[in-house]
Amino acid sequence: MEVTISTAELLTTDGIPLKQSLRKAERRNKLRAFLLVFPLLLFIIVTFVMPIGDMLLRSVDDSQINSVFPNTFEEYKNWDKGADELPPEEVYKSLFFELANGDKRQIGKALTRMNYAKSGWKSLIKKTSREIKKIVKKGEEPVSYKDTFIKINKFWGDPTYWYSFNQMVNDRSSIYYWNALDRTFDEDGDVVLQDEKRRMYIKTWLRTFKVSVYVTIFCLILGFPVAHLLANLPLRYSNLLMIFVLLPFWTSLLVRTTAWIVMLQQNGVINGILVWLGVISDDGRIQMVYNEAGTLIAMTQILLPFMILPLYSVMRVIPKSHMRAAQNLGAKPAMAFWRVYLPQTIPGISAGGLLVFVLAIGYFITPELVGGKDGKLIGSWIAYHLKTTLNWGLCAALGGILLGIMLIFYWLYNKIVGIDNIKLG
Amino acid sequence: MALPSYASPVQRTYYYFYLFFCTVVFFFLIAPLFAIIPISFSVSPFMVFTEGMLAWPPDPEAWSIRWYKNMIGDCSADVVSSTVPCSTKWMVGTVNSFYIGIIATVIATALGTLAALGLSRPHMPYKGLIMAILISPMIVPLIITAAGMFFFYARINLVYTFTGVILAHVALATPFVVITVTATLVGFDMNMVKAAQSLGAKPMRTFFKVIMPLILPGIISGALFAFITSFDEVVIVMFMASIDQLTIPKQMWAGIRQEISPVILCMATCLVLLSIFLLTTVELLRRRSEKLRGIKAR
Repeated sequence: MEVTISTAELLTTDGIPLKQSLRKAERRNKLRAFLLVFPLLLFIIVTFVMPIGDMLLRSVDDSQINSVFPNTFEEYKNWDKGADELPPEEVYKSLFFELANGDKRQIGKALTRMNYAKSGWKSLIKKTSREIKKIVKKGEEPVSYKDTFIKINKFWGDPTYWYSFNQMVNDRSSIYYWNALDRTFDEDGDVVLQDEKRRMYIKTWLRTFKVSVYVTIFCLILGFPVAHLLANLPLRYSNLLMIFVLLPFWTSLLVRTTAWIVMLQQNGVINGILVWLGVISDDGRIQMVYNEAGTLIAMTQILLPFMILPLYSVMRVIPKSHMRAAQNLGAKPAMAFWRVYLPQTIPGISAGGLLVFVLAIGYFITPELVGGKDGKLIGSWIAYHLKTTLNWGLCAALGGILLGIMLIFYWLYNKIVGIDNIKLG
Repeated sequence: MALPSYASPVQRTYYYFYLFFCTVVFFFLIAPLFAIIPISFSVSPFMVFTEGMLAWPPDPEAWSIRWYKNMIGDCSADVVSSTVPCSTKWMVGTVNSFYIGIIATVIATALGTLAALGLSRPHMPYKGLIMAILISPMIVPLIITAAGMFFFYARINLVYTFTGVILAHVALATPFVVITVTATLVGFDMNMVKAAQSLGAKPMRTFFKVIMPLILPGIISGALFAFITSFDEVVIVMFMASIDQLTIPKQMWAGIRQEISPVILCMATCLVLLSIFLLTTVELLRRRSEKLRGIKAR
């Protein structure tokens, strides 16, 4: 029998080539799937991604002050700092008119910005503005604007004030990021360290890392045996014990933090037990809260479930026969554990470790409440600038750096574990 | 897990040490939550175990429910203490928390379930990228989210409004719905959808009659996760809510920060009970869902 294979294109009953028809169906399916996701995607982009993007833009934005003093800044850039001690006459003249004619509210905002660069600007300009208005009212035209300024206040003859303009003269500037790392611009616009008393962020960044590393290590030490026990018990017992892990996970963060304050405070539960046991005397009660120790203890307990759950899910599937086989072949239990069991738990250790570390560096509530003075993390500075100083540029820059660090670690997490493998409960 | 009979004394020691260590960790995890419950029934305005409470036989004078009365806004003479303010704030906060939480949950569950259905289809384009964007609110630290949203919502006059807080909470809660429902859909037999459609059911009917009953446990778990996320959320409300949008966490924050008040412990006790209830519900739902989908218990 002879078989003929038609080389002609396959057609559907409508006469459309099959390939084309399939592709069309495929496209329709893709579109349908996408349409289901679209409402949420749009929602998240508008309510979440755009705000974060807006914050990142704000961290490099210095346009407000530039719109208030455009001419002054333009002239300022022409100042040859090597040749003259003070800026040229034109700078003083531009500033004179921009202060005299500027919108009062905008100037007020700009003053706040100037105070971030150097404290003292606000009162200096306010005072000067008043005098300038008087001069303008009288209709006099000063012979020398420079001398007029210096006569109003001797600080106008102090070049360090003028040098701080370097931090503000650009519409888009990286100054907030440098500030967030305790750096600033000097008179030549080079990056230098801040004054001793204004350096606080590097210290906090380092503490944030230190606390996060410690919390991760503590969680691993405490979580590993527990996950091992849960994974190896018969299911009916482990399900029961799992409640101990899941209940804190489901309980409000504030409740857990409050509970730790109650436990750790000077007349709290733990000190009470220690006194009762006679370990410490009644006036020798240990200060365990409102310091770094408090932050460490509370954060370890709060983040421990995030370590136990990934470890548990990895250990659950490690066959028990492996350890027995290793010991059968002559390995001591410790050796069998080290060479056979531990390597198989590495995925769980890295998943749990990364998760705990990433959550810890962004923590705010617990350190703020139990951290006292020396236990606060970088999140507290972000909140402080957002709510108290209103230095939103610096706030956004601190947030931007933190976000960058998080993204690096999540990229790692994604490489090792896969973000869509996140499970709850 | 029991020790084999041939274990050496050293192994025995290790084993008992290991069990002891695990017990200590379990205790560490759970003890703080339960320590606050008896203290919330103390007469004293300080958050401590008083001598009367520890005495044997128990001293009825040392125990009372005065702080619970204070919490529900009963400011009669036997309740009020000079150091503890009494107001209806806790009840106002409870009402607001439920109001915000329920609306946010409904929106988040609807949007999240739809998205999870789309993401579980084999034809979904750019799945990885879209998933990453959708669950990013869960990943980004809350303080960064709060800062970003505060700047952005201030521009469109949504700061200090219920709408703003609810929108923010929906954004934070949807990842939990997406993850839970997607996980339920993993074992879902797509042939059932085909069967329904070949029997003439329209997509809507297929969803409500075939898909929904099967994934309902997952949807409810997701909704509960969404609710607790909104209900416990404090950072966003701290910045985006005014006194009109006072919620339980905001009031608790104020309580811990300014007026160390024993009423916090009463509310904390209620919240622990709520979390026990939610945890039990989710656990039962998970088992039911596995049964429905024919997955054997591990």
